[in-house]
Amino acid sequence: MMNDRILPFSLAINEALDLMMARDENVFLIGQGVKSPWYVGNTTQGLLSRYGALRVIDTPVSENAVTGSAVGAAIAGMRPVVVHPRTDFLMYGLDPVINEAANWNYMFAGNAPVPVVFWLIVNRGGEQAAQHSQALHALFAHIPGLKVVMASNAYDAKGLLISAIEDNNPVVYIDDRWLYNTSCFIPAGVYRVPIGAAAVKKTGRDITITALSFMVGEAMAAADMLKEDGIAAEVIDLRSVKPLDIRTVVRSVRKTRRLLVVDNGWMTCGVSAEISACVSERLPGGLVSGIRRIALPDVPAPASRTLEKVYFPAADHIVRKAKQMVRKGIR
Amino acid sequence: MKRILSNRDAAGLYRSMFRIRVCEESFIGPIMRGIIRCPVHLCTGQEAVAVGVCAALSRHDLIFGNHRSHGHYLAKGGDLNKLVAEVYCRRDGCAGGRGGSMHLRDVSAGMLGSAPIVAGTISLAVGAGLAMKIARKSGVAVSFFGDGAAGEGVLYESLNLAALKRLPVIFVCENNLYSTHMPIRECRVSKDIYKIARPFGARAWQADGNNIFTVLAKAKKAVSLCRSGRGPVFLEFLTYRMHGHVGPDDNVQGAHTDIRPPAEIERWRRKDPVLFLRRYLTGSGVLSEKAVAGLESGVMNEIARAHALALTSSFPGPRTLRKHVYDE
Repeated sequence: MMNDRILPFSLAINEALDLMMARDENVFLIGQGVKSPWYVGNTTQGLLSRYGALRVIDTPVSENAVTGSAVGAAIAGMRPVVVHPRTDFLMYGLDPVINEAANWNYMFAGNAPVPVVFWLIVNRGGEQAAQHSQALHALFAHIPGLKVVMASNAYDAKGLLISAIEDNNPVVYIDDRWLYNTSCFIPAGVYRVPIGAAAVKKTGRDITITALSFMVGEAMAAADMLKEDGIAAEVIDLRSVKPLDIRTVVRSVRKTRRLLVVDNGWMTCGVSAEISACVSERLPGGLVSGIRRIALPDVPAPASRTLEKVYFPAADHIVRKAKQMVRKGIR
Repeated sequence: MKRILSNRDAAGLYRSMFRIRVCEESFIGPIMRGIIRCPVHLCTGQEAVAVGVCAALSRHDLIFGNHRSHGHYLAKGGDLNKLVAEVYCRRDGCAGGRGGSMHLRDVSAGMLGSAPIVAGTISLAVGAGLAMKIARKSGVAVSFFGDGAAGEGVLYESLNLAALKRLPVIFVCENNLYSTHMPIRECRVSKDIYKIARPFGARAWQADGNNIFTVLAKAKKAVSLCRSGRGPVFLEFLTYRMHGHVGPDDNVQGAHTDIRPPAEIERWRRKDPVLFLRRYLTGSGVLSEKAVAGLESGVMNEIARAHALALTSSFPGPRTLRKHVYDE
């Protein structure tokens, strides 16, 4: 019985969409490829036959108009989920996200909610190069009025998507296709993972490692390796980039007094910079070996596998950096 | 055309147009005195488009506007006092002083919002049309935009999407011949904007935007097509803004903004849409001169009261700065 509910990340998304569409007729799905496994894998399987083409709307490549029509439908009272199977293509449609959806409730002084979910899929790796792979969560997190969430596992993928659809604000839901085949136990029915709450995935006293999305798995693998060297790492899955649960991070760092921030976006002005700044402000002088960051180098994604290997950080990078930090600092 | 209107309706149209005109002109003094500081884009000269289109709509139909939307807001039934207070950026404005002249909204009247990114609300109206289609409502969504928006790619994407999904959307292009400082001949090869819609499979017409009867007839036709599942429709109305792009400056050649030939402005002054309807009403005996004058003085008093009321409203308090970033 339990084993029936071990589901991959992609089917966790499918369940969230299915449950929410069944529960609320204002929820609909729109975007390029929503009926094509080629674009969205099995995340939308069965939805078209269950809910019809009025609520599962495949569209031509018109990112600006499609994103804008999702925002407009939300303003008119619906709860759309608009998918961009490659985040990069949404760059054509940033006006409705940043100028309209994010500002709408504020610029009309409230009572102007925009309950839309922008579902963006990161497709890094696979020699897809610079325009098929970008993780742009920092860009969206910069904008007042948006919320940004990134699940690291199938359980959170479902719970965060349900929370995002129920939220009255525009939520950018970013997932990583590298996670689609990872599985875990998924409760049936509706459950929620709160937006704005990080999760402590592993407790430890020597060093705090924060990560997001795909990098949480790498951080957990790194923590296992560090344990063999007698280093107890605490791993925090941020889950939300905005609002950022900095209190959970600070609480952990107050204990470990070492912070290694791992991000799957770029270094400059990225999430790692934000977390470093927030922790420095709250714990001045409270750290034994400074704050260190692991993020993408400030370089576009390359195609060739030899370059990809050094471009994308992995567990062994985290282990190396964490060891340096723990050895350097004396508790 | 005029026969489709009762005398009462015709008088109502005049009242609505005259009200927008007086409202627009009433902002000039406070702008010159520095009391109103936000950018104000006056729609003087374009009243017939807003009033004619909105007269064809019901309260449940939804509209979106642009930077020049005082007229759209009022014609759709938006609250006058809240508009005036918003232009003064006061707490009692329709956007609580957070929006100013370019961000108007009155949901109770079906005015979902105006915003100044050129063409930015066109796709939002397509979304509102989509929402009505999904919910199987008979409503229509209208997007008001200017000729400048025809330079933005999203208009073409939106036309295709709306036509492909047969959405009840009316694209209303107010062609006032200028995109900020730039005359239309410097913006595009063809002056006929409406023709862009036809290759997408949408019905499209061009009409005199200064003749309220023409505007109303075209809008009614568009609404009825949309309600019967034969939308979208593209309406291009030829019109002219009597003031410059922003503020009370008229952008006359020779003055510092140096844009429009005085003879052109004069030519359009003779086609004033408010005076056109007034002449029709009094000339055809629909309303006596005395009745028109009575109606006009009532409107002027209403506008004067709106200003007085706005000035009694306080500015939003500094402590409210962070309110409303999210819907809590």
